[in-house]
Amino acid sequence: MDQFPATPVVDPGQDNTMILNMGPQHPSTHGVLRLLLEIDGETILRIKPDIGYLHTGIEKTCEAKFYQQVVPLTDRIDYLCPLTNNLTYCLAVEKLLGLEIPPKAQWMRVLLNELTRINSHLVWLGTHAMDIGAMTVFLYCFREREDILRLFEMVSGQRMMTSYFRIGGLALEPPLGFFDKARDFARRFPERIDQYENLLTENPIWTMRTKGVATLSTEDAIALGASGPTLRASGIDFDLRRDMPYSGYENFKFNVPIASEGDVFARYMCRVKELRESIGMVQQALDGMPEGPIKADAPKVVLPDREKMKTQMEALIYHFKIVTEGFAVPAGEVYQAVESPRGEMGYYIVSDGTAKPYRVHMRAPSFANLATLKKMCEGRLIADVVAAIGSIDIVLGDIDR
Amino acid sequence: MPFAPAVTDLEQLKAHSALATLLAGNPAAVQAAKFDRDELTVWIEKGSIREACSILRVAPDCPFNYMCDITCVDWFPAEPRFEVVYHLLSIPNKQRVRLKAKLEGSSPVIESITSVWPAANFYEREIFDLFGVRFSGHPNLQRIMMPDDWEGHPLRKDYPVEGYR
Repeated sequence: MDQFPATPVVDPGQDNTMILNMGPQHPSTHGVLRLLLEIDGETILRIKPDIGYLHTGIEKTCEAKFYQQVVPLTDRIDYLCPLTNNLTYCLAVEKLLGLEIPPKAQWMRVLLNELTRINSHLVWLGTHAMDIGAMTVFLYCFREREDILRLFEMVSGQRMMTSYFRIGGLALEPPLGFFDKARDFARRFPERIDQYENLLTENPIWTMRTKGVATLSTEDAIALGASGPTLRASGIDFDLRRDMPYSGYENFKFNVPIASEGDVFARYMCRVKELRESIGMVQQALDGMPEGPIKADAPKVVLPDREKMKTQMEALIYHFKIVTEGFAVPAGEVYQAVESPRGEMGYYIVSDGTAKPYRVHMRAPSFANLATLKKMCEGRLIADVVAAIGSIDIVLGDIDR
Repeated sequence: MPFAPAVTDLEQLKAHSALATLLAGNPAAVQAAKFDRDELTVWIEKGSIREACSILRVAPDCPFNYMCDITCVDWFPAEPRFEVVYHLLSIPNKQRVRLKAKLEGSSPVIESITSVWPAANFYEREIFDLFGVRFSGHPNLQRIMMPDDWEGHPLRKDYPVEGYR
């Protein structure tokens, strides 16, 4: 036991309080979050998150890889929205390179990102409801999530670690039948959201456990750096997709759901409404999907098609060079942020002009959202902590990187 | 779509409200500025970083009320070795600005901005943990990712990616 600190991380207070250790292997901490609670009876006096159990040094690993080799690493940061991570990284490198992405690739990126958002929100809704005791919702959510994972498998060959976006476009053309399957899903899904809402939104047990619980004021939400639905449920009308659009989001019509209460129920309502907006955007992307190439016209950066690589000398040379020595990216630095299901996912990339990034930093939304937990929970009951953790929708891979 | 070349002239960049606010508030703190790839970077003298942040946070015409991110870049073996990078966002005006402060490698210390944004708490701990940059005035400067008894700071450039450290 030498590797654990001998002294408790939270100092014991008076004699009537005790330290309760929650996690790191606790089903309702959504991964390996460890919480140290100082409690007086059932009331929480202090709460201290202890993180780092999933720290794998991805930022350091990125510095040793070529730019194109970083894409699969980004999947593993926030494993519930791998395509959002892919997109953020690709957009950042494309910004460094000054690449123009063809419309079809942009629309596919939006389509898949909104499916990813639905996928991530379904996992959140299922686990959050199960934490509070509503088992059925979990089974329903994972039923629909399975359909989305099948769509991901169709385009990328992988259910979770997709790595489907490439610097300069997409890895492959979407396969035959993909759009039909996606359309089928988009047609079925809105009614499924009604099913979840029927189980929860007016359920008295659900509202008692969530309304007025773990409130976060507008000022605190901004001061603590909350983002995404956590910020919007506290009354801030800010969504990067609408306010600082990227990847062609300016072509889509959608509403940004906000709420002012700042409690667990408000965050729940924001995310459920986002499900409806996202499926609307999936529908728009399917209806308006442009024709054309899926990769930018940049032979030094984008791998050539297999067909060309086997028939044209030029293409073979570029293929060989990109794979063996990467491509140089002009020196500079960019910060690219996108609205991930959890909030502002940002990549800060510094290039020194070589084929490997000098520094890659991920601004993880869960990392900042976790900081709000202290404000939400202190003075409340232990059972509310479970509701609060579920409501900020953290992914520990995202926090620890 | 190649970008326009970077602009580094302070006079030309005064049109950006973040820089104008900083120059009006404390001109001595601004060391340099750069506008590259649609992003504004301002180098701040390291002793004035907290002041610069609090000036920007309440700037009347464009308040940078939201602290997105703090990180650090190690330019080993160059001196000054570390650059602490702050990304601020103005939610009402939908603008971003990047502040940078340079620190020497021997004993890197910079003032904490937790008093301006409590959100900085975790970020500064992360930088302390992974780069060994200290933040004076931080309420709880402890390791956050690595175990408490870890030796070294993994994101420093003289720390190997793999193998024996």
